[in-house]
Amino acid sequence: MRSAPLTPVASSAARSLRQPRAVGWIALVLLALTVLPAVLPSYQVSVVTQVLIFSVLAMSIDILAGFAGRTSLGHGAIFGVSSYVAIYWTSTLGGDIWIGIALGILAATALAGVFAALAIRTSGVYFLLLTLALGMIVWGVCLRWTAVTGGENGLRGVGRPAFIADHASFYYAVLIIVAPLTWLMWRLVHSPFGLTLRGIRDSESRMRSLGYNVPLHLFVAFVLSGFLAGVAGGLYVLFNNFVSPSSVQLSQSVSALLMAITGGVGTLLGSFVGAAAIIVLENAVSAYTARWPSVLGIAFVLIMIFAPEGVVGRARLLFARRRSRYSKPDHPGG
Amino acid sequence: MMGINLFQILNGLTFAALIFIVASGFTLIFGLLRIVNLAHGALYLVGGLAGYSAAKASGSFVVGALAAMALVAALGAVLDRGLLSFVRGVELRQVLLTLGVAFILNDISLVIWGGDTFSVPVPEALRGAMWIGGVMYPKYRVFVLVLGLLVFAALWLLLNKTRLGALIRAGVDDPEMVEAMGINIRRVFLGTFMLGAALAGLGGVVGGAFLTLYPSADAEILVFSLAVVIIGGRGSLVGAALGALLVGLLNAIGQVMFPELAYFVIFGPMALLLAFRPLGLFGRAA
Repeated sequence: MRSAPLTPVASSAARSLRQPRAVGWIALVLLALTVLPAVLPSYQVSVVTQVLIFSVLAMSIDILAGFAGRTSLGHGAIFGVSSYVAIYWTSTLGGDIWIGIALGILAATALAGVFAALAIRTSGVYFLLLTLALGMIVWGVCLRWTAVTGGENGLRGVGRPAFIADHASFYYAVLIIVAPLTWLMWRLVHSPFGLTLRGIRDSESRMRSLGYNVPLHLFVAFVLSGFLAGVAGGLYVLFNNFVSPSSVQLSQSVSALLMAITGGVGTLLGSFVGAAAIIVLENAVSAYTARWPSVLGIAFVLIMIFAPEGVVGRARLLFARRRSRYSKPDHPGG
Repeated sequence: MMGINLFQILNGLTFAALIFIVASGFTLIFGLLRIVNLAHGALYLVGGLAGYSAAKASGSFVVGALAAMALVAALGAVLDRGLLSFVRGVELRQVLLTLGVAFILNDISLVIWGGDTFSVPVPEALRGAMWIGGVMYPKYRVFVLVLGLLVFAALWLLLNKTRLGALIRAGVDDPEMVEAMGINIRRVFLGTFMLGAALAGLGGVVGGAFLTLYPSADAEILVFSLAVVIIGGRGSLVGAALGALLVGLLNAIGQVMFPELAYFVIFGPMALLLAFRPLGLFGRAA
């Protein structure tokens, strides 16, 4: 029985970045993102801000799912803990918001370290179940530990600092954080470290016999991924100014995973496409009906059946097929 | 231990019996089909609510339970034949697909029954309390305990003493070989899936009478089943029974001693166990 990852399709991605055309595309996308607030109404700007924030969360899942072959259902909890810590620091303890967010990211990273220590020995479905159960512990604690977390009512934050209070400037602030972070992650997954992760994904025993420290690589990948989820949680505090058990519950992990899968597991940048698709869908559906969970479920089922490689993955497969039809087939090694 | 008395231990045992009924179905499906059915909790909830409606309409608890089991077994058949057959053999896609189904079923039950809390009516003969070892204890909960033992005995006999059980056990070990012997393993798979689902439905009605049914009950029971199977090991009936006992008792102790951190009390040991024995107490590598 195969317990293979969700058909990751990362092949010639590193090479294509060095092509001048790819650089041109990236410049174009960045330009478009920069002028966006000038053309869109403020509600849409805030939707795009939300997309950027959740793209970071989806990327954090993709680093594990797509590159290390470990699909996590506990990242909603890591994300939410970052939010909880940041808001607790600012509104309950009256601390500075930036220190609060830093502490939140730190807490998320530490929590990811605990999750990682327990989970890296498992793989496939067991990894999924363990991260699911660990996430549920966090959810249970957030729900019941009323004295600290406010229970079902959650905690309200103190609001954004004045200089990023309006939609457009907050959007730019998020963009300034997310763009370099994405570039760093892109470099990371195409570094020797990222290649080692992919080696582990494809064959753990092979990498072990080649002398790689498999558990250490998985641990570092998980902690890095937790750091990213923590950053997303911190940004979400600024965006939403409120945290409750629904921020850490299973459906948070599920929709973030769905974003990563919709974009294409193992594509990293697909996370942006996936986050945009899911959030736009959620906004569109919510305007007509309260049945968002059904739509989310149906989307999950359909994508699992018809397009497990996601949008970017599918597009990349199509391009690869066309290219190989018009040119000589690649040498197997190259 | 301070604060723990017979009453709470009985509570732990009856809760253990309920989660055994639900988790045994979960572990049967996981063991034979290698499918982690994350819709199992939703099947529990839908079964319980359907059983509630049937019991209300017919005035009979037994009719409610049978209706729930039949409906949920049918849902299981649709899930297995209709959806999971598209993703056969790819574990993660199967798990995530059942997760999608869980969301859909939960939402549908919200549409049909609304967000209220329901309690399946207990039959007349099981109302009231009885004396056990010096404490007054609800008769119905004793019934749940007995039912749990009966389900364990029935499943044990089915798996160990019948031809079907032999096929299921053989299928757990080596499905290809069973198929090569000329047996339609797909039919055994489907039957097992329906049986496992029906157990979730039975659990829904039985649990719905003393834990009540509400929109997030499916996630809670799913997590308990998950814990039981993770502790007991994939596909192991004895493991599921031990896991259910452990989880049930820990839950009872946790709720008395650390009400705010009760969840942690259950899952802390589970996470630790899994870290050192990733396949659970009775789990074997596939």
